[in-house]
Amino acid sequence: MEVPILKQGAFLIATFQAALSDADLNQLRMGLVQQVVKFRSRAVIVDVTAMDVMDSFASRTLREIALMIRLRGAETVIVGIQPEVAFAMVQLGLTLEGVATALDLEEGLAYLIQKFKNID
Amino acid sequence: MSKRESTSKDSGARSNPGVGLVRSEASSELLRELVAHLRQNRTQLREEWVVRISETRLLTAMTKEEIFAEATSVYDSYVEALETEAFEALQAYARNLSERIIPRGVETHEVVGIVLLLRDVLARSLFAKYQTDFKKLNRILDAYEPAANRIANTVAVGFVQERERVIRQQQEAIRELSTPVLQVRERLLILPIIGVIDPHRARQLTEQLLRGIRTNRAKVIVIDITGVAAMDVTVANHLVQTVEASRLLGATVIVTGLSPEIAQTLVTIGVDLGKMNTVGDLQGGIEQAERLLGYKVVPLAEPR
Repeated sequence: MEVPILKQGAFLIATFQAALSDADLNQLRMGLVQQVVKFRSRAVIVDVTAMDVMDSFASRTLREIALMIRLRGAETVIVGIQPEVAFAMVQLGLTLEGVATALDLEEGLAYLIQKFKNID
Repeated sequence: MSKRESTSKDSGARSNPGVGLVRSEASSELLRELVAHLRQNRTQLREEWVVRISETRLLTAMTKEEIFAEATSVYDSYVEALETEAFEALQAYARNLSERIIPRGVETHEVVGIVLLLRDVLARSLFAKYQTDFKKLNRILDAYEPAANRIANTVAVGFVQERERVIRQQQEAIRELSTPVLQVRERLLILPIIGVIDPHRARQLTEQLLRGIRTNRAKVIVIDITGVAAMDVTVANHLVQTVEASRLLGATVIVTGLSPEIAQTLVTIGVDLGKMNTVGDLQGGIEQAERLLGYKVVPLAEPR
């Protein structure tokens, strides 16, 4: 299942659909970095609102995506983690450490705009 | 359970699963006879029962009028249950009755007591009626006793079930009350915790908080634990998890009001304090939260 990646100015927005297989996640990882390179994006927002469960592989993949994108000089923000999912994640010790998070797409955009305003 | 029709012709025995007894036509006939007797003498027997209730000093929480009103409906339901053996209806009635009288402070032993008293009053009445025919009396009691016992059981169980339901409801209400999530500014929530936190309550707190973050779109939360005397390892870890889960929803947590004892606990168990943002007291916590949110609070100029 392809994850749609939309371009919003200097940002890319990838919206997860409900259940992503490991293969989907791997494909997404490569796809996102390629798009960042192609469009010279400054940041990627990964919207996981539709995910009602997050396992360790998905969590690790998200971290890896963030690290790879940072190597391209871009920022990643994970948005839309559901309360139940967040609770389950921390109980399993999956804290997405070092990766920026925000409540939803609106907050994620606001965070990025603020961040780049300060830097520029 | 099906109602026994008074005019039906039974073909042999019919079993009553509730009583565990096989009722023959003869026994059904006897039951009808004794139910008729109990209905005929309703007023007198009910009065006798009410007298016994006050003699035994039961239902002291209720007035005479209340007792009379309840006694009438209990008597009628009792006799109806004897006749129809519709014990589910009786249990529903018992729960209903309990819902009314529990708030008035009636105890389990009182409810069981009055039902047994009624059983006795009715039994005595049967003795009186059939005292000249011992064989018949025995047969009548054979019909009466299992049903009467079943009734006592059903009412008691119904009462206890209702009490348990009320207790659960009250516990839930207390839990909700003691952990409110309060919005004090746009995007700023306060969670004042008071009393004892057990793992169950800690978990509930976390769930409430995470939902609150989403509903209020909170960016900063101040969790104040001034009112918490002590915390064990499990709960301390739970607090850390709450902080981490909140971050996943894009919110920052500031913990305030750690007592010396709790500070000691956290250090001793090696909680990663780098993950926790703490400030001395609630005031300091709110001030820091405001800074994080970009608020500045300044006094208005004094009017001259």
